[in-house]
Amino acid sequence: MEKNTDLFEYVLRMGDDSLILGHRISEWCGHGPILEEDIALTNMSLDLIGQATNLLEYAGELEGKGRDGDALAFLRYDREYKNLLLVEQTNGDFGKTIMRQFFFDAYRKLLFERLIKSTDIQLSAIADKSLKETKYHLKHTSEWVIRLGDGTEESHNRIQESLDALWKYTAELFFANEVDSKLLAAGIIPSMEGLQEDWNEIVSSVLEEATLTIPTNNWKQEGGRIGRHTEHLGLLLAEMQYMQRAYPNMKW
Amino acid sequence: MVTENDIWEYLEEVSDPEIPVLTVVDLGVIRTVSLKDDLCSIVITPTYSGCPAMKVIEEDIISLLNSKGISNVKVDLTLFPAWSTDWISENGRKKLLEYGIAPPENEIDKSVLFAEPTIVPCPLCKSRNTKMISQFGSTACKAHYQCNDCLEPYDYFKCLK
Repeated sequence: MEKNTDLFEYVLRMGDDSLILGHRISEWCGHGPILEEDIALTNMSLDLIGQATNLLEYAGELEGKGRDGDALAFLRYDREYKNLLLVEQTNGDFGKTIMRQFFFDAYRKLLFERLIKSTDIQLSAIADKSLKETKYHLKHTSEWVIRLGDGTEESHNRIQESLDALWKYTAELFFANEVDSKLLAAGIIPSMEGLQEDWNEIVSSVLEEATLTIPTNNWKQEGGRIGRHTEHLGLLLAEMQYMQRAYPNMKW
Repeated sequence: MVTENDIWEYLEEVSDPEIPVLTVVDLGVIRTVSLKDDLCSIVITPTYSGCPAMKVIEEDIISLLNSKGISNVKVDLTLFPAWSTDWISENGRKKLLEYGIAPPENEIDKSVLFAEPTIVPCPLCKSRNTKMISQFGSTACKAHYQCNDCLEPYDYFKCLK
């Protein structure tokens, strides 16, 4: 039972990351700067919502209290969400959306590569499936970071501002507490050794090519993984949960 | 007496809702079919995590088999092993091409940043002088290409494995 509680928490975090970021980028639907990017962002949103469904359905099974993926997605309060602060940040301009997505994609690719080796079959299957999609996302966002950073003076300055604004949320990507150490000790998840170094390498090489500068201010903000969120999550949930809250159990 | 082979044949009548030229068998999403007493169990796997067609495919399978007189049908979803474009049948690849969708080239787009993307021949004039417009197309499984010779814009069923 202990195993399930920890694994529930672990899977929930990933499910919430996918759900909240998937919802965020779905806000671009119909508003993309060009048609191809509108379609690209909504495609990526669909992948993330699909991953969220797989993860949250599985979390519901692990919890064993009769909550399914929908109940977890739509019927919790903000403090019960365990997503990263990074993914709930507002879209801003296209550059900010891309920068946020790039930080996340690089992290997710490295995480899924490791989780394929999980001894938990379902977690490994979800990681394997999601990794294939994430590689396409990372390639796309990396290219855009470079294109905007090494683009015009305007695009460079604006994406540099987004980088400066989002950088403080990146330390949380490597958050780990007793849930992680217990799952590691039980042999359920593999070691995450080198994850941060690998992430730094991907990020710094892309940012360098993009002629962007990593902020020297080392102030970091964390809290999402323990349910302490920025003000943006509540507003997002208000919109996302509206239908189920206003008309409980309504079906599409 | 209905056999498992009969079921596989019946399933050739269920088409993919988003790419109707392909059957669910061509697409490789049917993993197992088994008959036990009067229960017909079918296991399917999604192409992409968020593929919105899965629910429709499940419903189509049930109603098709019901119409064949098989009333007790169970459809389960598995994520393991993960679907790959290698599972699209030869016949399926042929049908895609005839339909105007370039079938997956047998290589994943490994290209690093801004490197040349996979060469995907034009399904209309067969020219290899084509360009990728966007890695993301009309559905999750497709990218958007255009032929530089005949100017045909077309979908590419992108390689996933």
